[in-house]
Amino acid sequence: MQYQNIFTQIQVRGPVEAGIPLPRGDDERVGTPSYNWLAGWFGNAQIGPIYLGFLGTAALISGTIWFVIVGFNMLASVGWDPIQFIRQLFWLALEPPPAKYGLSIVPPLNEGGWYIISSVFLLAAVLLWWARIYVRARALGLGTHVFWAFGAAIWLFLVLGLFRPILMGSWAEAVPYGIFPHLDWTAAFSIRYGNLYYNPFHCLSIVFLYGSVLLFAMHGATILAVTRYGGERELEQITDRGTASERAALFWRWTMGFNATMESIHRWAWWFAVLTPITGGIGILLTGTVVDNWYLWGMKHGIVAPVPDMWPTVVDPALGG
Amino acid sequence: MKLWIPFATAAGVFVAAAILFGADWDMPPVDTEQIGYRGTGMVLIKDREKQEDLRLANVAPEPLYEADPEGDRAGDVYENVQVLGGLSDDQFNLFMASITEWVSPEQGCAYCHNEENLASDEVYTKVVARRMIQMTQAINQDWQPHVAETGVTCYTCHQGQPVPANVWSRDLGPGEKGRALGWRDGQNVVSELAGVTSLPSNALESYLLEDEQIRVHSLTALPNGENTATTKETESTWALMMHMSESLGANCMTCHNSRAFNDWDQSPPQRVTAWHGIRMARDINQTYMIGLAPVFPDNRKGPEGDVLKVSCATCHNGVQKPLYGVSMLKDYLDSLGVKTNTDVPDYTTYTPGETQIMGPAKTTSLEPVSGMGDGGKALASAD
Repeated sequence: MQYQNIFTQIQVRGPVEAGIPLPRGDDERVGTPSYNWLAGWFGNAQIGPIYLGFLGTAALISGTIWFVIVGFNMLASVGWDPIQFIRQLFWLALEPPPAKYGLSIVPPLNEGGWYIISSVFLLAAVLLWWARIYVRARALGLGTHVFWAFGAAIWLFLVLGLFRPILMGSWAEAVPYGIFPHLDWTAAFSIRYGNLYYNPFHCLSIVFLYGSVLLFAMHGATILAVTRYGGERELEQITDRGTASERAALFWRWTMGFNATMESIHRWAWWFAVLTPITGGIGILLTGTVVDNWYLWGMKHGIVAPVPDMWPTVVDPALGG
Repeated sequence: MKLWIPFATAAGVFVAAAILFGADWDMPPVDTEQIGYRGTGMVLIKDREKQEDLRLANVAPEPLYEADPEGDRAGDVYENVQVLGGLSDDQFNLFMASITEWVSPEQGCAYCHNEENLASDEVYTKVVARRMIQMTQAINQDWQPHVAETGVTCYTCHQGQPVPANVWSRDLGPGEKGRALGWRDGQNVVSELAGVTSLPSNALESYLLEDEQIRVHSLTALPNGENTATTKETESTWALMMHMSESLGANCMTCHNSRAFNDWDQSPPQRVTAWHGIRMARDINQTYMIGLAPVFPDNRKGPEGDVLKVSCATCHNGVQKPLYGVSMLKDYLDSLGVKTNTDVPDYTTYTPGETQIMGPAKTTSLEPVSGMGDGGKALASAD
């Protein structure tokens, strides 16, 4: 029963781990490591040290500048009223420049200029962090899978904020930086382009997104189910199949006739995860550039279900008559 | 001592309570009604509690009595009856009593009249009321595609209040004027008129005053360069749609098949009614409300100094058919059913407290205004 809990029940405590010595040229790790009981519920109970280095420090500074620019614009947008800033926080946003400025990189500061400036810092922050992930993985002698997975997310981010606006010829096409405003943008984007539901790359993205959820649930449940046999020690069991791995595999083979392996399930998960933003980004990039009305595109290609005309008397009143 | 546990629990309970009770959820039960073909999700959803409140709030009052249409004409009996002069004396008095009940039940006749001289136009509300009667007549005669035979009366919007509950004026929101940052392009704050979303706050001005294009969809699958509508413009149209939805207590499906919002062939007939309604609201605002701007005092204008204007909510007040489709007009057909006098005075000559007769301009603007009496002089002295 001790495995059937929401949180990790066992917290390993001992001398804090400082980490392996770093090669010449690397910075020192920052922070004195300590234990945190709450952190231990969710992961390793040890907090720190963290490796920042040049890339990490620069990424954090850039990201902070973006965050502060957005935050102060939000605060100014409610007349510097801190109470309204908190009350309306989810409604506030930094808005991209209007369409009339096209791809100008110097629209008036208070008409999208701040958006362009902050976007430069956000782009720098994301790319620096991406590079840092590569360098840190290499420093630990790892593969670069996380780097490429993050790259897939960056692809979607770049499509939304950089590639598609450039193809459309206007920064106004970019997404506002705000909680509700970016959701409004998303829905309005779908409405403008005739319902993204009929965009096949949107379909694929949803397949991979929901597929990721399904795989995650199946894998997480399987591993938790075999923890009592040491199943959470996945890496050992890939090469040295023990009882736990054997039972996990047999469970799926007997219930659905086919089973992943301890290695392949992670490939499945990785590919489903990265294909979600990759296909989604393709779908966004095609919208407005190659296809202007996905519903009509779907009609043309036979993917729209026909429905009977329920209201034959209704005609567009603008046509007159 | 794990002191943080009670604190964390309290915080969790507080947040959960805020989410549950702070937001204006429609609590079950709700009633659903399928109106479209199966599988299209075209279902109308009504919350029972809200419907109950709306029913109580939107009751059409019975006429005070039945007036005798025979007898002397009001225009012959009384002075300065410009629009309703064709009514019988009895009808005219019933109408005056009714409009008092509809618009100023607490303030009484004096809300519009100098009680020493009922014929005088010196109280601005009388000038406004006359124009509003002309407007109501025009709505009932010219806008039947929207109001049908049911029609409207003063009560449809006023519901016992001098200023209808749901009116709007230009809203520039906080922090929009003259600063170096904080530009939000007219959106991204709580927009009361767009269903408390962060959608553009001034959509009503674009569509119910000006005639900006609502049609943002392309009519071809592939881009042909004709449709330049942006996502931002789409957000504005969406704000208008949110306003319509909230004003009528209706959801998108009342008028649209959401899989292709623009397609008329898949739309319920209510969309045609709504199409006319948008144009009607635009006409009311442009022709009547803006025209009356010189007459209204500052306290009857919005924070930006523009007149209060009508939206869908002004008449609908949360229900799809105002007053649940009960026709009050049928008892007032002679007074409000058809246009009588459509003359428009030059409202810029109006001086509250002085102008005795606010009649149609009798000369062109090139000639000196004659016969306007005190009004003309007061205007000159104000220059």
